[in-house]
Amino acid sequence: MVEPTAIEAQIAARGYTYSELMVAAAAREIADGELVFVGMRLPILAFLVAKQTHAPNAVGLYENGLIRETPSPQLLYTMGDPPNLRGATQAGQMLDVMALLQQGRVHVGFLGAAEVDRFGNLNSTWGGRHGETHRLPGSGGACDIASLAKRTVVLLAHEKSRLVERVAYITSPGFGRGNSWRTAQGLPGHTGPSALITTLGVLRYGTDGEAFLASTHPGIAVEDVLANTGWSLRVADDLMETQAPSEPELAAMRSLDPNHFWTK
Amino acid sequence: MAATSKLLTMREAISQHVPSGSMVLLGAQLEQMIPFAAGHELIRLGRRDLTLVGPISDILFDQMIGAGCVSKLMAAWVGNVSAGVGYCFRRAMEQNIPRRIEMTDYSNFTMALALHSGALGIPFLPTYSTLGSDLLRKNGNLREFISPVNEDKLVAVRALRPDVAILQVQRADEFGNAHIWGSLGVAVDGARAARKVIIVAEEIVSPELIASDPNRTLVPGFLVAAVVHEPGGAHPSPVQGYYGRDHEFFSEYHTQSRKLEDLERWLENWVVRVPDHRAYLDLLGASRFDALAVRHNAYSAPADFGY
Repeated sequence: MVEPTAIEAQIAARGYTYSELMVAAAAREIADGELVFVGMRLPILAFLVAKQTHAPNAVGLYENGLIRETPSPQLLYTMGDPPNLRGATQAGQMLDVMALLQQGRVHVGFLGAAEVDRFGNLNSTWGGRHGETHRLPGSGGACDIASLAKRTVVLLAHEKSRLVERVAYITSPGFGRGNSWRTAQGLPGHTGPSALITTLGVLRYGTDGEAFLASTHPGIAVEDVLANTGWSLRVADDLMETQAPSEPELAAMRSLDPNHFWTK
Repeated sequence: MAATSKLLTMREAISQHVPSGSMVLLGAQLEQMIPFAAGHELIRLGRRDLTLVGPISDILFDQMIGAGCVSKLMAAWVGNVSAGVGYCFRRAMEQNIPRRIEMTDYSNFTMALALHSGALGIPFLPTYSTLGSDLLRKNGNLREFISPVNEDKLVAVRALRPDVAILQVQRADEFGNAHIWGSLGVAVDGARAARKVIIVAEEIVSPELIASDPNRTLVPGFLVAAVVHEPGGAHPSPVQGYYGRDHEFFSEYHTQSRKLEDLERWLENWVVRVPDHRAYLDLLGASRFDALAVRHNAYSAPADFGY
C-alpha cells in the first residue's frame, strides 16, 4: 500500500497521481455511445469517468451478464457487488454479453495482465518474476475480450519485467508475431490491441502490429520509458505528452474513489 | 402422485450426493452467491479427488485446494477477486502442496460454452474465441476445426457434464423449484448440464410463491436432487437482496493463507472445527453479519401474469 502522504505528495507536486492520469487516458479511449467491456479496478473508474464527462451514452458490459448504462451508486470491489446490479439495464447470463462480443458489437474492452509483449500479447497465466515462475490466476474473460473486441486497451505498471520481448504464455492474443498473424489464426477482422496505458506513457500499435511509444506522461523522459521496456521500443515521430487529467475528469474519479483505493 | 420434499441438511445433501471423485460445479454466479457453506461441508467430510468446475470461484476453490480435496480444476480464473492471487492454488501448481493438481485453463466464454453445450446435450459448440492463444494449445477440450459451412477456423469447445452443480439461490420451494436474481453468470446452463443439482437456499418458500413469478424460476425442481435451507450460506460472497460482500473477509483470508501454517490454522478455525454453517456464522459474530444486511430495499415492480 502507498501511504496517503505519498498520494498527497503526488497531488501537491502536479495536481494528480499517475493512477489518475492513467484513468483519464483510459476514459478517453471510450467514445460516446460505444459498448464497453468494463473489467474491474482502474478500468471501471475509467468507464465511469467517461460516462460523466465526454461519453454519457456509453454502455457497460460485465462478464457476469450485466449491462449497465448508469454508474453504480457505490464504489465496487467486484463486478458482482450488489450495488452494481441495482438499476442495471439488464441482468442476463454470461452468454448474453459474450454473444454481443462475438458478434463484433463491442467497441472496446479493458484488460490488465502480468506481462505484455512487443506485439501486445498478454500473459496472465504463468509469470516470471525475479527468476522464479509463478502461477497466476489465469484468463477470466481476458482471452475472449482480446480475441473478439474491436479494440482492447490494457493498463499496466511500466516495468522491464512486465513489458517483455515475448510473453512466456499467450493468455490473450494481441498481434501475435505481427502483420497478418491475427487473420492467419482465424480471429475476426478489425479486432485487436489499440492502446497500452502504463505508468510512464501510452503505447499504440503500427499497421505491422508492433507497439510504438505514442506519448509520455508529463515529467517522464523518453529514456525512462525505453530503459524500462524489455525490447527496443519504437518512438513515434510525432511523440506527444499525455494530456493531464482535466478538472471534470478528476472531480468524477475522486467522487467515485474519494480515498484513492484504486487511484493510489 | 404427491411430490416428495427434497429438503435435507447440508451434511445429508453432501453425504448422499457428492462422493469423492465427483466433478462439481461451484461458483456459477461468479462473484455472487458462491456456495461457501457447501464447499466447507465437502472439506469437513474429507472429500478427495474432486474435479472442480467453474468460471471463477473466488476464494472457495483456493480453500478446497488448500484442504486437499481437489485433484483437477477446470476454470477460467482461480484467485481472490478483490485481493489478488490465491496462495493455495499457487502452492499446488508450483510445489504440489498439499498435492499435485491438474489444471485445465478455460476462458469465461469457453467455460460458458462448455456448459451450454452440456445443457443442450450436444458434444461441442463452436467459437472464434481463444484462436491464437495458449489456452487453445494447452486445453485438450478446445480443438481447432474448419467450419463446414463457410471454411472459417473455429474452436470446438467440448461439452462438460458435471456430476453435481451446487447453486446458492435466494429462494426455493421444498421440491427444488428455485428463484435466482442478480448476477446469473452460467447458473442456468450449469443446472441443465449437471447430472444432479443441489440447491442451497436463503429461504424456503411455498410452491405458490415460486409459481407466481415463473420467469424468475431459473431451475425447475425436477432437475434438483436436494434442497438445503442455509441462510447466510454464501458468506463472504453476496446474495442480492439478502446480504452484501464481506470484502474484509477476503483480504483477511489473503493475509492468512499466504503461509502454509497460517492457512492450516485458518482452515482449522473456520471449517474443520466448526460443526456446521450456523456455528460458522456464530464464530463470525452476529454484529459482523448484520453489518452486511441490506440497508436500502429496492423491490422490483410486480409483473402481472393475469389473463
